[in-house]
Amino acid sequence: MQEKEVIIIGGGAAGLAAAVACHQKGIEDILIIERGDYLGGILNQCIHDGFGLEKFNTSLTGPEYAQRYIDKVANKKIPFLLNSMVVGLTPQKEIVVVNSQGLQHYRARVIILAMGCRERTRGAINIPGARPSGIYTAGVAQELINLKNYMVGEKIVVLGSGDIGLIMARRLSLEGAEVIMVAEKLPYSSGLPRNINQCLYDFDIPLLLSHTVVDIKGNGRLSGVTIAQLGKRGGIIPGSKRKITCDTLLLSVGLIPENELSREAGITLDNITGGPQVDERGQTSVPGIFSCGNVLQVHDIVDNVSLEAEYIVEGVVEYLKGKLTKEWEIKVELGNGLRYVVPQTLIRVKDIIFSFRVNQPGRKKILLFEDGRRLIKKKSLQRVNPAEMIRIKLSSKELEGIKRLKVKLV
Amino acid sequence: MKAINNHYDVVIIGGGVVGCAIARELSRYKTSIAVLEKEDDVGWGISCRNSGVVHTGFNNKPGTLMAKFCVEGNRSFEELCRQLDVPYKKIGKLVVAKKKEEIKGLQKLKQQGDTNGVNKLQIINLNEVKRLEPNIEGIAALYSPETAITSPYLLTIALAENALDNGAHFFLNTEVKNITRLRNYDFRINTNRGRFTSSYVINSAGLYADKIARMAGTKKYHLYPCRGEYHILDKNVSWLINHLIYPIPQAGAGGLGIHLTPTIDGNILIGPSNEYIKSKDNLSITSSVMKMLSSEARKLLPLISPGYIIRSYSGLRAKQAPSSEGGYWDFVIEESDIADNFINLIGIESPGLTAAQPIAKRVVEIINKKERLNSNLNFNPFRKGILRFEEQDEKTKIALIKQDPNYGEIVCRCEKVTKKEILEAANNPLGARSLISIKYRTRAMMGRCQGGYCQTRIMEILREYFKLSPQEINLKGNNSYLLVGYRSNKENESCKKKKLLSLEEGLLV
Repeated sequence: MQEKEVIIIGGGAAGLAAAVACHQKGIEDILIIERGDYLGGILNQCIHDGFGLEKFNTSLTGPEYAQRYIDKVANKKIPFLLNSMVVGLTPQKEIVVVNSQGLQHYRARVIILAMGCRERTRGAINIPGARPSGIYTAGVAQELINLKNYMVGEKIVVLGSGDIGLIMARRLSLEGAEVIMVAEKLPYSSGLPRNINQCLYDFDIPLLLSHTVVDIKGNGRLSGVTIAQLGKRGGIIPGSKRKITCDTLLLSVGLIPENELSREAGITLDNITGGPQVDERGQTSVPGIFSCGNVLQVHDIVDNVSLEAEYIVEGVVEYLKGKLTKEWEIKVELGNGLRYVVPQTLIRVKDIIFSFRVNQPGRKKILLFEDGRRLIKKKSLQRVNPAEMIRIKLSSKELEGIKRLKVKLV
Repeated sequence: MKAINNHYDVVIIGGGVVGCAIARELSRYKTSIAVLEKEDDVGWGISCRNSGVVHTGFNNKPGTLMAKFCVEGNRSFEELCRQLDVPYKKIGKLVVAKKKEEIKGLQKLKQQGDTNGVNKLQIINLNEVKRLEPNIEGIAALYSPETAITSPYLLTIALAENALDNGAHFFLNTEVKNITRLRNYDFRINTNRGRFTSSYVINSAGLYADKIARMAGTKKYHLYPCRGEYHILDKNVSWLINHLIYPIPQAGAGGLGIHLTPTIDGNILIGPSNEYIKSKDNLSITSSVMKMLSSEARKLLPLISPGYIIRSYSGLRAKQAPSSEGGYWDFVIEESDIADNFINLIGIESPGLTAAQPIAKRVVEIINKKERLNSNLNFNPFRKGILRFEEQDEKTKIALIKQDPNYGEIVCRCEKVTKKEILEAANNPLGARSLISIKYRTRAMMGRCQGGYCQTRIMEILREYFKLSPQEINLKGNNSYLLVGYRSNKENESCKKKKLLSLEEGLLV
């Protein structure tokens, strides 16, 4: 059993930023464990630009963004393992790793979960029809094209307007494929507005809102899909079915935080975010296990992942110094208009960044933080969109002496 | 006897679980055997798409072959699985009554089972139901401790591999087009991959057995495809039930009702539905049935939620009874009255998996009566499957990685399948090369992320191992290509237009 101060599971955007932040705070006994054969995780297959606008004030590609952190990891000589899969995690913060060297056991004082997320698949959304080849999640198609240099199809329908789906609609067009349409079940897109403009409208790809795939045809390779328009209650509008000939169906229907290990360690998860329930610095229900990035909540942009990773490291440092003590326990209550809030629990008075997603798009909304009837903070929002994460900071002064905390959108 | 110029003593048409079992049974004798399978692997028709249940035989009408072979099959199944290194678990089954009126139905089933010679059946009361299955809604049940589960695809593969090992030949992607009789009385079987001749033909073509029988002049059989759809639940919720949970079968139904089946790998299956359809290759899933399955399952197990479903699929039954009639007709296993030495197996539906070995023995008996086959003294009944890294203890795991570092590379995260296992599956003795063949052999891509993480890795392993071009990587056999080629760097029309426009705009400025 090897002992470590901090072990970070996952060497993607969150894990790298957490490692660098730990090192900056004087923690040197770190180990990053990555299952892939390079650091940077999913960023490596995101070869489009637009990363880093917030963090570095410039537009970078995914690999460039990752490289900034990989360079820091290299400079600071932070140790990492590649091609190494964590197959076990206990509440005692013991880890089992499998790689070609064998089976290794580690124990750490702090573990940071940074495993990211995976894509929702056809099974999880239950699309009827045949089961031919040619159905890909957008991220898998992205990996095949950008990292392996393969082409997945020629005539493509995208279901779901998540950001990766939009990015891939453009990417496939640039590679010579015909992207026939992007169909979105909801009456609004789940992707960022900038991606809808730059990836669809600029390439004459129609976005069909309130539309979904209701049948899949093909013996062997996919030969077509049937799409239909959905009414206000989600039912198929009679007569709206339309057959489309295509050889590929790309799914961009949501991301699920990858918390199999967290579950194994007995960490309490949030049903809505799919990530662990955490306190104000990302500590899970198991003391000393922290979490950040897409394993905690699915982020909109990578800059927020890095920021969150750096932010939770403050808690890691305090924990290691034995200064992280529970002062109180306040459950953050969720009011109207919001889908979730992170953190879910507050155990200390600190400056705290809250992250939210709203339930549906809207204009001229007000976000209210209340202690019972007392208003703590009020923030006007010109536009809200479920695709965007809202991050708001409350100072320790604002939080001083509260008995309850409720957030709502009116 | 050796095969010369594609001549075999026996040609078996259809590499399903029954065809493969026949091949194995026959390989106990000195015969040359060819199995012709139209798909890229064995078992892709009916055999891989069922509940994987080793039935005891209380559902079948006394005096039928179904009842006889099911009871026999159940008794020898554990030993068969042991010989072939196939997973088997005797977990027991409950047929649950939800209303007082239904208890009569339980007694009838028990009586039928007793008549058929099924062991240890008992009717249990509410308290006992709750003790065995705390999450199940029901007031009484028929408890059948001898019901077991297995992996239908691993069994089919194992039977085939063992038959192969004992000298049978397998021809995949080989579809029979027509059959004629030569002057010397041999059969000539024309396929998309050339001619075969044989002294015997065994028609074990599942849903297409009526078509194959017609090729040899027998027109009396009709098989109707009856589709059963399933949901698969995440392993996370395997704790929900401990036994197979069935409702009371409805009279005249072509299936046993929507039941809950723990699989050998720790998932739960909900299904199958029971719907006569037109086409014999329509394995679609439909939204109405998917909804129905969930609601029927909730009647037995209220805790089930749609979020637990990781995948849905369907299988087909080969029904002799037309839809107007429904129900079960007995297995037909007989030599054709028109063509000697042509043995038809018609309507092999549930409990065909359980009964596969007794069916195979019956077929061999028919041949043996005519031929007096000589024993193959080299017959080896044992076969080893792919070693599962995840199921080993820690010491073995360490030793395995030391012996081959490919054991240290976990390719499928959800099911913890190593690169070594993927390579072994790719190197399967039958020569099946599709992605689905890897999936059935290793469980890779069967977990909750459904290949999101490992599919591209497995595609790469296949491509490198078989030196394939991208277009040659198939999901499941011919024309199920996964890639259209390498990235070409050619832009589509709208991109070209855009570029031209921006160039012009640039020039104007």
